[in-house]
Amino acid sequence: MIDIAQAWHALRQVPDPEIPVLSITDLGIVREVRANGGAIDVVVTPTYSGCPATAEIHRSIEEALLKAGATRVRIDVRLAPAWTTDWITEEAKVRLRAYGVAAPVRFMPRALECPRCASRDTERLSEFGATPCKAIWRCRACREPFEYFKPL
Amino acid sequence: MKSTTSDGAAIAQVDYLLRIADSTLILGQRVSEWCGHGPILEEDIALANTALDMIGQARLLLGHVCKLDGRGRDEDQFAFLRAEGEFRNVTMVELPNYDFARTVLRNFLFCSFLLRLWQALSASRDAELAAIAAKSLKETRYHVRHAADWTLRLGDGTDESRLRMQTALDDLWPYTAELFAPSTEDDAAADSGFGVAWSSLQALWEAGVLPVLADATLRSPVPGAFLSRGKNGIHSEHLGRLLAEMQFLQRAYPGNTW
Repeated sequence: MIDIAQAWHALRQVPDPEIPVLSITDLGIVREVRANGGAIDVVVTPTYSGCPATAEIHRSIEEALLKAGATRVRIDVRLAPAWTTDWITEEAKVRLRAYGVAAPVRFMPRALECPRCASRDTERLSEFGATPCKAIWRCRACREPFEYFKPL
Repeated sequence: MKSTTSDGAAIAQVDYLLRIADSTLILGQRVSEWCGHGPILEEDIALANTALDMIGQARLLLGHVCKLDGRGRDEDQFAFLRAEGEFRNVTMVELPNYDFARTVLRNFLFCSFLLRLWQALSASRDAELAAIAAKSLKETRYHVRHAADWTLRLGDGTDESRLRMQTALDDLWPYTAELFAPSTEDDAAADSGFGVAWSSLQALWEAGVLPVLADATLRSPVPGAFLSRGKNGIHSEHLGRLLAEMQFLQRAYPGNTW
């Protein structure tokens, strides 16, 4: 039998497939968990409409909860309120930077801080990176390109 | 009698949603043709990501269509098993990409319209449509910014890039009239609070688009009498070919999944 706390614990171990340093709970996409006996209902809010990781995330959620002892897993998708990068926890933003990805800044700054050398002498190369949620930037000081998790 | 009226309303709502869903689906399919063919790696990725968002928006809308339709069809059946004449996308989005200039300019013109549409629809009386619009709005903002950047860069660029942008604008502009052409489905959607009349968005669209075209040193063509009618299911010769490719797998292997 699995209770709500154990369900949340299992969900905190589910990494985002694109940015494995973050879990799906760090991203704030798990909105609600309900336990009914051993059956678990999870409410998730998708990030980008075009996020190719959505299906994979649903599979991982089901797998993690079944492994933690759930008898049945139901995933409900909730669109409103729309997901926002504001839901990413502060602690997760620190880990994101350590991973080499600049964390989202609410109001688009002229220059971001380079996650490698902390210089602000940076420029945007492209609005989109390897996934819709990221842009590609470059640091002029250390000459390294880096990714920026865009605010949404 | 009562059920007939509500059935009629559901059919009108399905038609209204299909115009948006099909437009984002077909444009997503077109833009995805750049995958592996972008002029530079960054743009290849940017266009592929944009296409994914557009197809994702189409999926959300088609999911809603399926519920209103109530005939047990799923989103794949809507996307892959309808014939050309059943598609309700505006003609502009089915035209071939031709070159990068035309691709980004079309994205700019159409996504600027979508931006205004999502803004208006996020106040829809239909809670699910309002949620889809509020979510899509945030993504479309990035698409518009990306396309506007390139419109400026290529329009106010070299002789060659400017020529290509101006040619693209001259060719695409006549197709923008369809966006704002009045229709009974629009009126019904606006009256019921389900949607908004597309024609009411024209001034807002122009306020966003015209200054960028001017900054890009492009001449805005004068409006003509031409009116495309993709919204009514009357398409150009290009949609059939696009569908032949997009629908091939489900037509050849019905019900097949990955």
